[in-house]
Formats: sequence, C-alpha cells, structure tokens
Amino acid sequence: METTKIHVTNMNLHYGDFHALKNINIDIPENQICAMIGPSGCGKSTFLKSINRMNDLVEGCKIDGQMQLRGENGFEDIYGDMDVNHLRKRVGMVFQQPNPFPMSIYDNIAYGPRTHGIKNRHKLDAIVEKALKQAAIWEEVKDRLNKSALGLSGGQQQRLCIARALAVEPEVILMDEPTSALDPISTSRIEDLAIELKKEYTIVMVTHNMQQATRISDKTAFFLLGELIEYGDTEQLFSMPKQKKTEDYITGRFG
Amino acid sequence: MRNRFDRQLSTLNDELIEMGSMIEKSIETAIKALVNQDVDLARHAIEADEEIDRQERIIEDLCLKLLLQQQPVAKDLRLISSALKMITDMERIGDHASDISEITIALADQPYIKKLEHIQQMAKETMIMLVGSIEAFVDKDLEKANEVIKRDDVVDDLFDKVKKELIQMIHENADKGEQAADLLMVAKYMERIGDHATNISEWVIFSITGEHKSMN
Repeated sequence: METTKIHVTNMNLHYGDFHALKNINIDIPENQICAMIGPSGCGKSTFLKSINRMNDLVEGCKIDGQMQLRGENGFEDIYGDMDVNHLRKRVGMVFQQPNPFPMSIYDNIAYGPRTHGIKNRHKLDAIVEKALKQAAIWEEVKDRLNKSALGLSGGQQQRLCIARALAVEPEVILMDEPTSALDPISTSRIEDLAIELKKEYTIVMVTHNMQQATRISDKTAFFLLGELIEYGDTEQLFSMPKQKKTEDYITGRFG
Repeated sequence: MRNRFDRQLSTLNDELIEMGSMIEKSIETAIKALVNQDVDLARHAIEADEEIDRQERIIEDLCLKLLLQQQPVAKDLRLISSALKMITDMERIGDHASDISEITIALADQPYIKKLEHIQQMAKETMIMLVGSIEAFVDKDLEKANEVIKRDDVVDDLFDKVKKELIQMIHENADKGEQAADLLMVAKYMERIGDHATNISEWVIFSITGEHKSMN
C-alpha cells in the first residue's frame, strides 16, 4: 500500500506574468522514486524546486494552491507556517552539477549537522561515516577525509553531495538531473544508489534521460508547458501512455 | 524529428508484409502439391521454407538493431517486440508447409484412401486466418485480429472431423492405417497453422492495445 509523502492540490506558480505551473495535482508516494520528465521549460524543475521552497528566492514568484509534506504529525503545508530551514532539513536537494563546498570532505558532510547545532566531534564523526557509507563513497574517501572535496572526480563529488544531503537526515531527496554531467559508470553508481536510498527516503528526480526514468523510477510525471499531462506507474507510462502528448514526447515525435 | 527511425519502422513493416505473403504462398503451394500429388511443387514448398527462414533472420536483425539504436518506448516498443514474436509464429507456419510437402512426396506413388475435401477446407480457413492476421497488423485493425482468433474454432472443428473420419477408416480397414496416420499429420499441421495465425493476431492486439490475451 502506498503512503503519500507529498500531496499537491491545485497548485499554480507564476513568475511575474508568466504562468509556469498550471493547476498541478499530484500525490508523490513515500519510499519510491518519482521521475519528472518533459522538454526544457516545461516546469518540471520549477516544480521540483517548489517542494523545498527554492523558488522563494526568485523575484516575482507567486505560488497558490496546496503543497503538503507528510511527517509524524500528518500533513503540513509547505507554504504554511513551516520554517524554511526546517523544511530544507526535511527535504534535501542534489543538483545537476556536483557542487561540493571548497573545504575538506569531512567538513562538507559535517556542514549541515553543524548548522543544525551538532558540535560534538564523536557525534559528527558518526554522522559523516554513516552519510558517506549510505552514499556508497566511504570506501573511496575514508583515508582522505581531511583532503579537499574538490580533488574528487565528478562522480565522486556527486555522491559526496548526496552524502551531504543525507547527513541532516532528510525525509525527501530532490535530485535535479543528478547524472547529466557524469560518465556512464558514475551514472550507473548513482542510479544504484538511488534505488538503495529509496528504502529510507522518498526521491523525486528530474531527468532528461528517459531510459534512466524507465530504469529506476516507480512513478513518472510528464510535464508540458506548465501542465502535468500524465502521471502514473513508470512501466505503464512508457509502454502504454494514456495521453497522446505523452506518447509523442517519449517516442521523440516532438520536444 | 525522427525521420530515420520512422524509415526503419516502415522497412520493418514492409519486411513483415513480405514474410506474410511468403508463408501465405507456401501454404497454398503445399496444399496444391498435396491435392494434385505433385512432387515438383512439393519440393518448391520445401525450398521456399529456407527463404522464409532467411526472411525471419532479416527481420530479427532489424528488430535488434532498432532496440539497440532507438531504445524504443510506447507503441514503437510494442510494435518491435510484437514483430519479434510474430516472426517466430510465421517461421513455424513455413515449417509446417514444408512438413506437409514431405508427406506429399512420401505418398506420391499411392492413391489417396479418401477425398481430401476437409483438409482442403482446413487449408482454405487457415489461409483466411493468416491473411486476416497480416491485414490486421498492417491496418492496426483490432476487429480483424479478433475475427481471426474466433475463426480458429472452425479449423479446430474441421480437425476433429478429419480425425474421426480417419479413425473410422482405420477401423474398417487396417491396411489403410499408415496413410491415414500421414493424413492425420497433415491435418494436425493445418490445425497448428491456425494456432500460429491466432498467436500472430494476439501479438497484433498487443501492439495496438498494450495487452496480451495471455496476460489476462
């Protein structure tokens, strides 16, 4: 039985006069990977960012409708009186380009927990080790935790960024094209990792790689011109899409 | 946007139609040779089977190339995977036409113990099924595919009829047993051809609807 983690009803997003997301209704289930696909400018990344209020920083951005995150006390409004820092602790994000901070591997991971007030060295050591292990990079970096994170390869940097997101023990991980800058081997490691991580987290991933969506996601949402055209089980959507627009897009007839 | 892919799919379509007409002709030839006890024509049908096998390879290669290069999804994926399954059934039909022709050659120097009317009738029905299944594929016609599947009952009934007649003949005259067994084989091959045409139609339905009968 699926439990909804993110519940969205009649959500609209405007950038000034531009209506970027139109009446979005979607339930994203817990402990699954939900892929967001669609041509550039369709609104999928905007939607992803709205889940942890990254759009708040964009001038002229206005959101109405309902976006809710389910926690221990049931559903809470993301755009209600929830503290943004608390929201971002619960909903982490990994970007397209790996963006490690220019500091040591250890400090990259400890950064979040320290911000949230954890100072105890033993505690931090344990958090760093756990996060790096969860992100499947511990074995590669355990002997050089004090070296700069910038010396890692692209694929390692991306796994480090995933570890950094995990260190604050989020509930949801948003991934914005997390493998588009990586080689096939690193890509496959991140994909394996995502499948591993969904056991404990809910993952929402924007991808331009439709094969990737078919490989790892449970649900797929297809966006076009700010509308959510189709949303459903990945296998169903890619073998027998319900909407002609979906069929045309995934088979490469437009987009 | 995807000219090359569309051209490749249209080639796949053409090759499948070609294979369909090859097997249609091979059944026709095999039955004609059987009825007329024409050994030369029977040999033609056997040779034609090799052509059909080659055609199967060509289509198989094309499908694998399309899977590799285009990583198809949705109806493209259904079309290509259906094609891969359909050609196996089509190839089997070719085998059965060849099997019938081998019996034709074996029986060529003895008069038939009975008129082949029901076997001919079976041939006619299976040809209708086969042509129907190929047409259903070309026209993406669900109704036609379903008609083919229904018609298989007619072929099955005819098989039962032939079987009963032959058993009766063996009862009456055991000397006729050997030829009766051969003719029963011919009828069984025809019945199997009907089954393969049914399978083809089921894959046609899958390529249109995404649902295969066997999944229900």
